[in-house]
Amino acid sequence: MNEARAVLKKQMIDTRKNKAVLIQFILFPVMTIVMTLLVKMDDMPEFFYLKLFSVMYLAMAPITSMSAIISEEKEKGTLRALMMSDVSGAAYLLGIGLYDFFCCMACTVLMSRVCGLEGDVWRDYLWIMAMGFLISIVLGSAIGVLSKNQMNATSLSVPIMCVFSFLPMIAQFNSTVEKIAKFFFTEQIYLALNREKSVKMDIEGISIVMANAILILIFFILAYRKEGLKKN
Amino acid sequence: MIQAMNISKSFNGKKVLDKITMEARDGEIFGLLGPSGAGKTTLIRVLTGQLQFEEGDAFVMGKSVKELKGKDKKQFGIMMDDFGLYDRLTCYQNLRVFADVYGVNDEDIYEVLKEVRLEGAEKKEASKLSKGMKERLRLARAFLHRPKVLFLDEPTSGLDPQTANEIHDMILKRKNDGCIIFLTTHNMHEAEKLCDRLVLLNDGHIVEEGAPQELCLRYDHQKRIQVVMKDGRTRDYSFDEKSGEEIGRIIGSGNLLTIHSKEPTLETVFMELTGRRLEV
Repeated sequence: MNEARAVLKKQMIDTRKNKAVLIQFILFPVMTIVMTLLVKMDDMPEFFYLKLFSVMYLAMAPITSMSAIISEEKEKGTLRALMMSDVSGAAYLLGIGLYDFFCCMACTVLMSRVCGLEGDVWRDYLWIMAMGFLISIVLGSAIGVLSKNQMNATSLSVPIMCVFSFLPMIAQFNSTVEKIAKFFFTEQIYLALNREKSVKMDIEGISIVMANAILILIFFILAYRKEGLKKN
Repeated sequence: MIQAMNISKSFNGKKVLDKITMEARDGEIFGLLGPSGAGKTTLIRVLTGQLQFEEGDAFVMGKSVKELKGKDKKQFGIMMDDFGLYDRLTCYQNLRVFADVYGVNDEDIYEVLKEVRLEGAEKKEASKLSKGMKERLRLARAFLHRPKVLFLDEPTSGLDPQTANEIHDMILKRKNDGCIIFLTTHNMHEAEKLCDRLVLLNDGHIVEEGAPQELCLRYDHQKRIQVVMKDGRTRDYSFDEKSGEEIGRIIGSGNLLTIHSKEPTLETVFMELTGRRLEV
């Protein structure tokens, strides 16, 4: 546990100076807050910008930040130094993953409160977002583990991130895409967030999200077995 | 003690280590001298458990490297070229990360920074350090938890002579503290200065081993003495009675400036054994 705490602490200090990662965490929350406060139209649905950007945020921030952090450490050899000082792969990923999760959740709490979400709806919104972040963190970790360097990580994470984040948006305008998009956890989260006066997921949605989580976990396990963290 | 017994390792069918057997004893600096591509870094990776191997076995502090656990690795200090630094973190923060892992306190961090002469640069970001300072910070990281065994892979490669000398002093201090130091280098002067014993490695084979001085004497086939006189003349003499009388006369005449025996250097020994130069 000491090792995971050391990694988490390192990441807290490093991210303050790492603008590329820092921007992943704050971009969508800042956009959501600014748009909500400044751009208001008469027939606009409640929490429009929050619901619009939340799904993009949960698909983009964890995937890009996790893959960027892990691949940078692999590229620069700091990960190798950590591993040789007896930080296990599990402790490392736990440290980075917890850090990523807390950052994303803190920003989510902030933006949802500023946008005026409260009560049971707020609680359900946070649960659903937390679930989405966890799945995206595992996916970002798998990409980081598979990538030898940061360039490699970017070229892998960008298309994957685009599929997960933009599919729910495109699905609104195209019925064919909608049929495919419904099998993605981000689409199910988008649907859950956009229910009338509540944030809830039906049984079908929960099943699809769980199936996504299991598939992504299997992808991560396969990636970790193939590449590991020491093989860089 | 560090032991390698008949270690063999191949990459894509090419043998990079071939039946390597060596032993580094407690309290000594043991060197691995050889040109680039000889297999020095691979052997360090094998001995530190970073790399699996096909044949043989290796032991560090009495334990097979295949069975090394976390707490065993905490006894090692490793400085390798590809063990990077956190560029955005300061010198202190770089060490703090590892201090948290090892359970080392702040006092020890400042002490090790002082030891590697980075005490004024603790708040400087690693990316803003000179090459020599970066090497010293990496050395500080290897020293931080007072390891019993130090593995140093080309610790002064590419550094200016003054920084290299400073690093040599730091390594010798660690030796005096009782640490076993396993060092790789392609620099014969570094090997002569630091190593108690060494092996010459070429294409994954050990070609010779012994103390640096002992190796040079072993390959001193010509046994010549060079005399430089005050009038600028230089003469070579063999080890015989007639030369002794001649040298005696030069000393008696007051014309002697310097007198040296002409043993081969480690470079010449290596060339004799392999036909290759060390620094390639």
